[in-house]
Amino acid sequence: MIDELIERMLRGDKKATARLITLVENDEEKAREIVKKIYRYTGNAYIVGITGPPGSGKSTLLDKLIKQARDEGLIVGVIAIDPTSPFTGGALLGDRIRMQRHSTDPGVFIRSMATRGSLGGLAKATNDAIKVLDAYGCDVIFVETVGVGQVEIDIVKTADTVVLVTVPGLGDDIQAIKAGLMEIADIFVINKADKEGADATFFELSMMLDLEKEKWEKRGWRPPIIETVAVTMKGIRELWEAMKEHRKFLKESGEIERKKRFRAEEEIRTIVSGSVAKKIGERLRDEELSKLIDKIVERKIDPYSAAEVVLEKTLGVKI
Amino acid sequence: MVERSKIRVVIAKPGLDGHDRGAKVVARALRDAGFEVIYTGIRQTPEQIVETVIQEDAAVLGLSILSGAHMVLIPKVLRLLEERGLRINEDVVVFAGGIIPPDDAEELKKMGVAEVFGPGTPLSKVIEFIDESVKRLKRFREAS
Repeated sequence: MIDELIERMLRGDKKATARLITLVENDEEKAREIVKKIYRYTGNAYIVGITGPPGSGKSTLLDKLIKQARDEGLIVGVIAIDPTSPFTGGALLGDRIRMQRHSTDPGVFIRSMATRGSLGGLAKATNDAIKVLDAYGCDVIFVETVGVGQVEIDIVKTADTVVLVTVPGLGDDIQAIKAGLMEIADIFVINKADKEGADATFFELSMMLDLEKEKWEKRGWRPPIIETVAVTMKGIRELWEAMKEHRKFLKESGEIERKKRFRAEEEIRTIVSGSVAKKIGERLRDEELSKLIDKIVERKIDPYSAAEVVLEKTLGVKI
Repeated sequence: MVERSKIRVVIAKPGLDGHDRGAKVVARALRDAGFEVIYTGIRQTPEQIVETVIQEDAAVLGLSILSGAHMVLIPKVLRLLEERGLRINEDVVVFAGGIIPPDDAEELKKMGVAEVFGPGTPLSKVIEFIDESVKRLKRFREAS
């Protein structure tokens, strides 16, 4: 079944492509098989991450960016992520609403994805879904993260270019120098720049970037700050040009190779630790675990020693 | 029962009416019941809806119409689904909601619409309907 789906996907069949994404999302075994079989067709797409707080206009910006890319004849893929409820497991995926005019364009593939418990701003299957869209033939893949706060930065491990969308009035200059999200941007966007406070936000971001002048000089890329009003198209062209400029920089500076190595390392680590955890889960009997829990609660054993027992019993490893 | 978080439901509003309260209430209720719901927003063409179902690989499509144009729009969605190779009740289940007179509802059911929900339908009925009706879909038969 999978071979047939892959063959159809490679011929440009959207239905098969959509089903492959469902399979990598729902079934670990199939995800493994699919990625093994399609990996040699991947590596051509330019992957752009769009991240920022909820309501900052990521989906609307994306709608306009799809247009820019289509005007240049590029095949566009979109993965738009929204949160899964931690209480019910359900999700309401609404990013598509802003992009629906592109849904009938044969050169655009938009897929909504729920986080299903992942906390880093992406879904667990995002990287595999990107590979499917890459193999399908997308020239550019936009990944819209969930609305993020300060630490959901998994996108930096996934995207070639990270665009951080902010809006005026979210906080003072201290917010701009905090660690985390602010450190991962290759391009800053101040969307809704017609709102009061846009100049102040621009100034604060510039100040923040000025503090690290040497870093940018050494790296050869200082993140530009672009003011946009997505609904009126203001600044969209400039943003698209900045992305192309960044992509060029990645290639010319060799940073893209560094990113690819980093990404490969992250993927190996994630897969290995996931598989090990799964193996332990399979080999650890419930009653054994329950006995250990009893002992911890009774203060007869500490959690570290209990973990050592688990590792030795399930994997035969001593730490 | 099929795991609800693996059932993707597209809720769409075809046509020109902008009354989306019903669609939003249903979308929200399905979310709370544990489904993955993709909401398209208002004023969708049948073509946009069908492409959304394809790209999202949805098992269920819910159409909300209050404009009176249901006998034009719903058959068109059904036809386009078939044309794009999606078999009704085999690849995707279609249900409708809104202001749809009983005679029209009967006719829509003959065309392949699995259920028509009128005003005042308890949300639990919609949820039960989805749990039951997806069992017949090929993808979930294969899985079980």
